[in-house]
Amino acid sequence: MTFDYAPAPESRAVVDIAPSYGLFIDGEFAPASDGKVFKTVSPSSEEVLSEVAQASAEDVDRAVKAARKAFEKWSALPGAERAKYLFRIARIIQERSRELAVLESLDNGKPIRESRDADLPLVAAHFFYYAGWADKLDHAGYGANPRPLGVAGQVIPWNFPLLMLAWKIAPALATGNTVVLKPAETTPLSALFFADICRQAGLPKGVVNILTGDGSTGASLVGHPGIDKVAFTGSTEVGKAIARTVAGTDKKVTLELGGKAANIVFDDAPLDQAVEGIVNGIFFNQGHVCCAGSRLLVQESVADELLDALKRRMRTLRVGDPLDKNTDIGAINSAEQLARITALADAGEAEGAERWSPSCELPSSGYWFAPTLFTGVTQAHRIAREEIFGPVLSVLTFRTPAEAVEKANNTPYGLSAGIWTEKGSRMLWMANKLRAGIVWSNTFNKFDPASPFGGYKESGYGREGGRHGLEAYLAPSSPEGAR
Amino acid sequence: MPITVPAYGKEAAGRLASMADVTADDGALRRFLHGLPGVDAVGLEARAATLGTRSIKTTAKAYAIDLAISMIDLTTLEGADTPGKVRALCAKGVHPDPTDRTSPKVAAICVYPDMVATAKEALGDSGIHVASVATAFPAGRAALPVKLADTRDAVAAGADEIDMVIDRGAFLSGRYMDVFEEIKAVKEACARPGGTSRSETGGGTAAHLKVIFETGELQTYDNVRRVSWLAMLAGADFIKTSTGKVAVNATPPVTLLMLEAVRDFHATTGVQVGVKPAGGIRTTKDAIKYLVMVNETLGEPWLTADWFRFGASSLLNDLLMQRQKLSTGRYSGPDYVTVD
Repeated sequence: MTFDYAPAPESRAVVDIAPSYGLFIDGEFAPASDGKVFKTVSPSSEEVLSEVAQASAEDVDRAVKAARKAFEKWSALPGAERAKYLFRIARIIQERSRELAVLESLDNGKPIRESRDADLPLVAAHFFYYAGWADKLDHAGYGANPRPLGVAGQVIPWNFPLLMLAWKIAPALATGNTVVLKPAETTPLSALFFADICRQAGLPKGVVNILTGDGSTGASLVGHPGIDKVAFTGSTEVGKAIARTVAGTDKKVTLELGGKAANIVFDDAPLDQAVEGIVNGIFFNQGHVCCAGSRLLVQESVADELLDALKRRMRTLRVGDPLDKNTDIGAINSAEQLARITALADAGEAEGAERWSPSCELPSSGYWFAPTLFTGVTQAHRIAREEIFGPVLSVLTFRTPAEAVEKANNTPYGLSAGIWTEKGSRMLWMANKLRAGIVWSNTFNKFDPASPFGGYKESGYGREGGRHGLEAYLAPSSPEGAR
Repeated sequence: MPITVPAYGKEAAGRLASMADVTADDGALRRFLHGLPGVDAVGLEARAATLGTRSIKTTAKAYAIDLAISMIDLTTLEGADTPGKVRALCAKGVHPDPTDRTSPKVAAICVYPDMVATAKEALGDSGIHVASVATAFPAGRAALPVKLADTRDAVAAGADEIDMVIDRGAFLSGRYMDVFEEIKAVKEACARPGGTSRSETGGGTAAHLKVIFETGELQTYDNVRRVSWLAMLAGADFIKTSTGKVAVNATPPVTLLMLEAVRDFHATTGVQVGVKPAGGIRTTKDAIKYLVMVNETLGEPWLTADWFRFGASSLLNDLLMQRQKLSTGRYSGPDYVTVD
């Protein structure tokens, strides 16, 4: 007899998904002006979950106008009053967290273990954190009496639908801005549920507007002359297009783009914990993480030992039904993304890297990719250069700390990095040398609302989270009396 | 179920012998133990917590409950122990649930050395082992000859397993070789006349040696990894977290760390060593978390009473109540399980 874990599925009954959803503009749900809709499917089963409206340029215009109108009153509220709304939203998120976690796993394909234990607690934490800042903006370090920018147009990705929404909306509202947010085409549902939470919290109409749609909706939003600030998280390619669009305007922009993070393991590292950190770094959320540790740099003297341990650990990863509480790796978000991951992994093999996956049975329907390891990777391989955004780890080796720094920085990206060593002096030396927005030491993929997040080079500009995250939503403080 | 014991292959014996140079002298042993990979406390605790979130339901839960029962060292270690108390405990070990004879037996009854003969007699041919805490348990503060006499006494009375405590003072003051030599000496004292110490142990030639670290007193995770290797190099058949007599006993991170040490020792030497968390494990939910840790760290070969034990006295009743719940669909209550 073996110790096989019986299925432990989370109940779907806690979430009530309507057959169709409209756009959330000025506090009301309404169909798109031209009546267009698209379907959102569950990536683990390809089941159609609901139908959502495809916002047109006209809808974008209506939403921006609603946000503009709401801005007058919202920005005039004392910070403590705005904080009350944010605290209320945070509490409602906590109360409805089980429902939202199930919804997120259904629509995104991520395991319930992660949506329940990572996403939702962080979503609530971000609203709580920024609620706390709303009445203390004078003390944020951006001058006395800093002012909001106006209307923020926000476009978010599909990897952490609700968490990215929280990263965008919480600081915007705390600082007195109003928002028009477009969730990703493949994961619109949790944002629509959030719209309902805004109503439940009694948030004034027009302060938060949610427009579902594809890239064209996002382009209309970013290009709309009525917005004052663009915040985008997503691919570097789209980020560049956005930068071109807003160039020459007075819109403020923050971009949070791709990454190809180095996770650097020295020979004196706590090896068992490093293995966990590597697994968490690349297989968390199916590798759909812009700061994923997708390049493992191992010191040659421990490479064999570490790789053996890593493979042994990868054999215990459970791939399958996202709603099963014992699932570690869920479904790839879309057929399109699966095709991209497959193509890059094939390129890795074709270019001479050695591919390895634990034997695991993948479900017959839905989009799946087994956790994959490439050894013998060099800096010249595509899999060492390009962001794969999937559960694929490239392993490179190094001999000295200087070589580790050189290889880690040899990338067009610069979002995050990890250092594994028991030696404090080396850790600090490395952290200073690495050109990355975040450097984790003896851990990986740790997020906290109080900690700033943002990249170098092609990983974007601007910071989200922490006190730094406020800056992107505040105008330079005005001279005394000149309001 | 009969409890088997390891028969080390030639190859394993060879690999173990090749480790001999690390215990050649004080300096070599220190260098080896301090050269083991460090432990990052935050990461270790996070991993243990993650393993604790596995959701074990229905058939897997039924399997885990029966497995946990079969791994219990049912224990009474009180100054007030009497033959009557020990006999009652033995009876419970044989038939844990009087209302349901399909319940598995426990692995062993754990008593002080002076109660070994009583327990041995009460258990008869049930197949349940008698484990005894020797070596001046729980403090371990006695001269070596006293500890060895304590051990020989228990073995002579018929103990199948000896739970020894290490000299924490020696370990903390860095006298690793003293600890090593003491474990070796006790291991030799576990041999029955005519038997050998590291060979076919168990029912035959020598009592099984479980080495207790009292990890709550060793404090750091680095110490726990070092002491695990130290004990395994000295010939421990099992490594055990604690006596159950201090404030901090078995914890999931410490147990996970010991499982990892056992895994690495096995990979290095080919020698399989068992693990026994003890003290403070009271609920079925907790016990299942430990089984999940074993399953995902060491896997199938360790998921038997030969290689994993729970040192517990109150855990059994909770397991039995959960077992009754699974078979009847209803929760019973403390009056539906025996108090012994």
